[in-house]
Amino acid sequence: MSNAPELNIDHIAKLARLALTPEEKATFAAQLGSVLHHIEQLAKVDVTGVEPTAHAFAVTNVWRDDVAEPGLPVAAALRNAPAQRENMIAVPKVVE
Amino acid sequence: MSAELHFHSIAEAAAQLEAKTLSAVELTQAVIARTKAVEPRVRAFLSTDEATALAQAAASDARRAAGHARGPLDGIPVGLKDVIAVKNQPLTAGSRMLANFVSPYDSTAAAKLQQAGAVLWGRLNCDEFAMGSSNENSAFHPTGNPWDVSRVPGGSSGGSAAALAAGEALATLGSDTGGSIRQPAALCGVVGIKPTYGLVSRYGLIAYASSLDQIGPFARTVEDAAIVLRAIAGHDERDSTSFRTEIPDYRAELQTRRGPWKLGLPKEYFGEGLDPEIAAAVERAIAFYKAQGCEIREVSLPHTQYCLDTYYIIATAEASSNLARYDGVRYGHRAKNAKDIVDLYFQSRAEGFGAEVKRRIILGTYVLSSGYYDAFYLRAQKVRTLIRQDFLNAYKEVDALLTPTSPIPAFKLGEKSDPLAMYLCDIYTIGVNLAGLPAISVPCGFTRGNLPIGLQLIGQPFQEASLLALAHSYDRAHDWSSRHPKL
Amino acid sequence: MNYEAVIGLEVHVQIKTRSKVFTRVGAGYGHEPNTLTDPVVLGLPGALPVMNKAALDAIIKAGLLLGCEIAPVCKWDRKNYFYPDSPKNYQISQYDQPICLGGAVEIELPGSARNVMGEHKRIPLTRIHLEEDVGKLNHGATDSLVDYNRAGTPLMEIVSDPAMHTADEAFAYLTSLRATMIYGGISDCDMEKGQLRCDANISIRPVGEKRLGTKVELKNLNSISFVRDGIAHEIKRQIGVLERGGTIVQETRDYDGMTGTSQSLRSKEEAHDYRYFPDPDLMPVVVDVAWKDRIRAECPELPFDKQRRFLAEYQLPYTLTSVLVWDRALADYFEEAAKLAGAGKAQAVGNWITNDLLRELGGARLTVAEARVRPGHIAALVQLVDSGVVLTNAAKEIFVEMFATGDQPGVIAERRGLKAAPTDAGELEQWCRDAIATNAKALAEFKAGKDSAINAFKGPVMKAAKGKANPKLVDETLRRLLAAM
Repeated sequence: MSNAPELNIDHIAKLARLALTPEEKATFAAQLGSVLHHIEQLAKVDVTGVEPTAHAFAVTNVWRDDVAEPGLPVAAALRNAPAQRENMIAVPKVVE
Repeated sequence: MSAELHFHSIAEAAAQLEAKTLSAVELTQAVIARTKAVEPRVRAFLSTDEATALAQAAASDARRAAGHARGPLDGIPVGLKDVIAVKNQPLTAGSRMLANFVSPYDSTAAAKLQQAGAVLWGRLNCDEFAMGSSNENSAFHPTGNPWDVSRVPGGSSGGSAAALAAGEALATLGSDTGGSIRQPAALCGVVGIKPTYGLVSRYGLIAYASSLDQIGPFARTVEDAAIVLRAIAGHDERDSTSFRTEIPDYRAELQTRRGPWKLGLPKEYFGEGLDPEIAAAVERAIAFYKAQGCEIREVSLPHTQYCLDTYYIIATAEASSNLARYDGVRYGHRAKNAKDIVDLYFQSRAEGFGAEVKRRIILGTYVLSSGYYDAFYLRAQKVRTLIRQDFLNAYKEVDALLTPTSPIPAFKLGEKSDPLAMYLCDIYTIGVNLAGLPAISVPCGFTRGNLPIGLQLIGQPFQEASLLALAHSYDRAHDWSSRHPKL
Repeated sequence: MNYEAVIGLEVHVQIKTRSKVFTRVGAGYGHEPNTLTDPVVLGLPGALPVMNKAALDAIIKAGLLLGCEIAPVCKWDRKNYFYPDSPKNYQISQYDQPICLGGAVEIELPGSARNVMGEHKRIPLTRIHLEEDVGKLNHGATDSLVDYNRAGTPLMEIVSDPAMHTADEAFAYLTSLRATMIYGGISDCDMEKGQLRCDANISIRPVGEKRLGTKVELKNLNSISFVRDGIAHEIKRQIGVLERGGTIVQETRDYDGMTGTSQSLRSKEEAHDYRYFPDPDLMPVVVDVAWKDRIRAECPELPFDKQRRFLAEYQLPYTLTSVLVWDRALADYFEEAAKLAGAGKAQAVGNWITNDLLRELGGARLTVAEARVRPGHIAALVQLVDSGVVLTNAAKEIFVEMFATGDQPGVIAERRGLKAAPTDAGELEQWCRDAIATNAKALAEFKAGKDSAINAFKGPVMKAAKGKANPKLVDETLRRLLAAM
């Protein structure tokens, strides 16, 4: 992080499955560049021996017992589906 | 006290409902009428469902007639930010992605409000997926600030703040990830609470940044906020991050906790960039507390300067993962004519998300990507520890912290086009989210231009009762909340 | 050149729980599409995961059974990738802090003959972690249909070290691992139902070489014998490539067990970047000693340990043990019957179980638990035969009827007249005297030391007894009389 990090916007957009127009790419690259430049100052903080905080109030072993309850009726489960057939979500054919 | 029903506080309306001088249906009709009258200018709502609201109001009246009224919220119209799921109601998150989504289930907060007898009135506008500080990132339309509809109501819960300020509900719920309740509360002149992380269940709240998000109430008075908070707070076994803690009767506690308090002024929150009129209003609030016998001292939160960066790394990283589910497969917007599944992802997400959401997804994906995790995400989590420690250290000396809520009053729609400038609106609020603390914004005056100013009080973890009492002692001594915008 | 294969297996085992791993809706197989979903399973906006305690208990048990170190603290991470069977486009998994570390699977390689125990080895494990299963894609002509019933089923990923060298070892590893999981009640491991799935990483190197060769991942090995065949095929394929002067390409190949061929899956367009990070929706898990002890108390004896004990304690032949110990219910059944039958009867009990009981169960398509013949029946039958009340052929008949009716063997013998002849000692002795008296040649031969000559007297005795004399008693009586002559 000592050097200005490089943001390969094509690669990142691909990971995020976002199709960006050339204009968006140019705008985002510039804007995020300045955000990243700002973020750079975090490198100055001495974090030696500091534990990361994942939860503000971490407790452990939060669970429930293994009791099965009814879920959503199929109609409710699929009510927002953009395409469905035979009570399943339909998508363009997936080739592995 | 207000003569107009739609500007009633919950406490006032509840008293009249209890005395049976007012019915829930009358109250709901008044709020619906007000909404219809002002909504063309305010545009706080994304959708409304009059029939359901009136049916709930009628059910409330029937309960009361039968002697089974459920307490101060029974029959009170409450609006919900459109990121909080209500069964069979739209849930859009202000996004084209979810323009046609109807929730098949209830959030815990909405379920609890209904158990308390509240009438759910409308779905409130917000920045898309709660990302923004002005409501301009809503995919549908911006919301106007009721005090000056050419200005923003703040964000991301701008619709919730504006609807309440405009008399379109008696209370509303919003969500706060970096200031999204407190900043619009300040800009619209209402009370807004960001509870301690874990106090209110997140089940059914559309996730932006899971480790920072909290649902909280907007209300006209601190007393009203106490009533709503009590109804929605409490452990929920559907949310692993929900905390097991006793929920006191916050409203009753307002009377029993009277200070004086030791208040800290974090020196980093009173520096450059703070609007002088806001600084002056906050100074007057400080003087008020001093006059009440409170001890005021300056404290330091030395890692404050790193809050913004820490926030944008953690929040965007979590968001990039939380928003991956919006892919056009199971629900939400699906691009037409995608040539294969991968293309369907790319096009659906490109068409469904707005610019700010895309920007944050890109940033979040980048900071988690191979080779950068340690430098960004892990480091930000460590700095988060230091930021949190700053607050806990301060609480060794003081009971609560007092700061401005927002460095600036409501700004003009379209005024801030640079994302970084917009992000700076949150500088006084995001530290609280990183530390998981409770905080409240209380109206504390107006600018010469008649724009509301908010005072932020930051409390200790799960000590909402004390924080509310502290805020109430200011609120009941001032009449800011009885002023209403002319619409 | 001689080559050595190096094989590592990644096995996914579904944990048998009533509800899913992060939500309350029921888990199961064979239900109508999308009838086992809820907001969490579907990844609806706002839904949140909560751990299922039973899934944690089960993976800790698996870890203890396999000798893993159970991490005192583990956490949940999100593995981010887009695929239509993944409802949230991230999978809740465990990245750098899995719950189980190390451990090993004991295997037995084929012996020189069916009745000879083969070599035992311990295949070390790298780790076991818990994650959520994904949905299932059904491919149509022009589209794919997604069913999310399977999504959210608790799934263990069991990763071995690259420590196996032959297809037989991999086969033995899976056989043993599967038995261990079934023994522990952790999973039914039905590969047809996808409850156990296996991917193999295979590379080859010249014998003596220490570095690993380029590995190929073999997928869709959906039965245990396909695993063996697929690996054998892949080793052969790689050797062939090298011997023709080619190089092995790092790739994923799909093995078709029906045709015995494999083909390259189009290599992924980019290297995966899963962007793992701790799941903020879930809290860490702390496993203390008391929890481990409680699970340890529920851990059954494993098949190989049981086999060693059966060999020592019951003096059973290897072949009997190798039939009995792989089915926990059968082994328990055997032990109960052996105890009831009394000392020295274990082998007879074992024979009845492995021959007659298994044959009848197979014919009737029943499990051991469903059999009307209980261990007490077997013990009673063994005692009847041993005391000479019924003869072996009659006992076989009794068994079949006992299996059909559940009646006690003594009752059946009585009802069907299958008891050995009234063993009036005087009458039997008279028949024996008559038989000796009428066969001087055999008597002379016996006296001359030809022991088998005694058999010549037995036929007439049995004939006189109408076939119902106890052969053991006949033998004893004849010997007593002959000795006195």
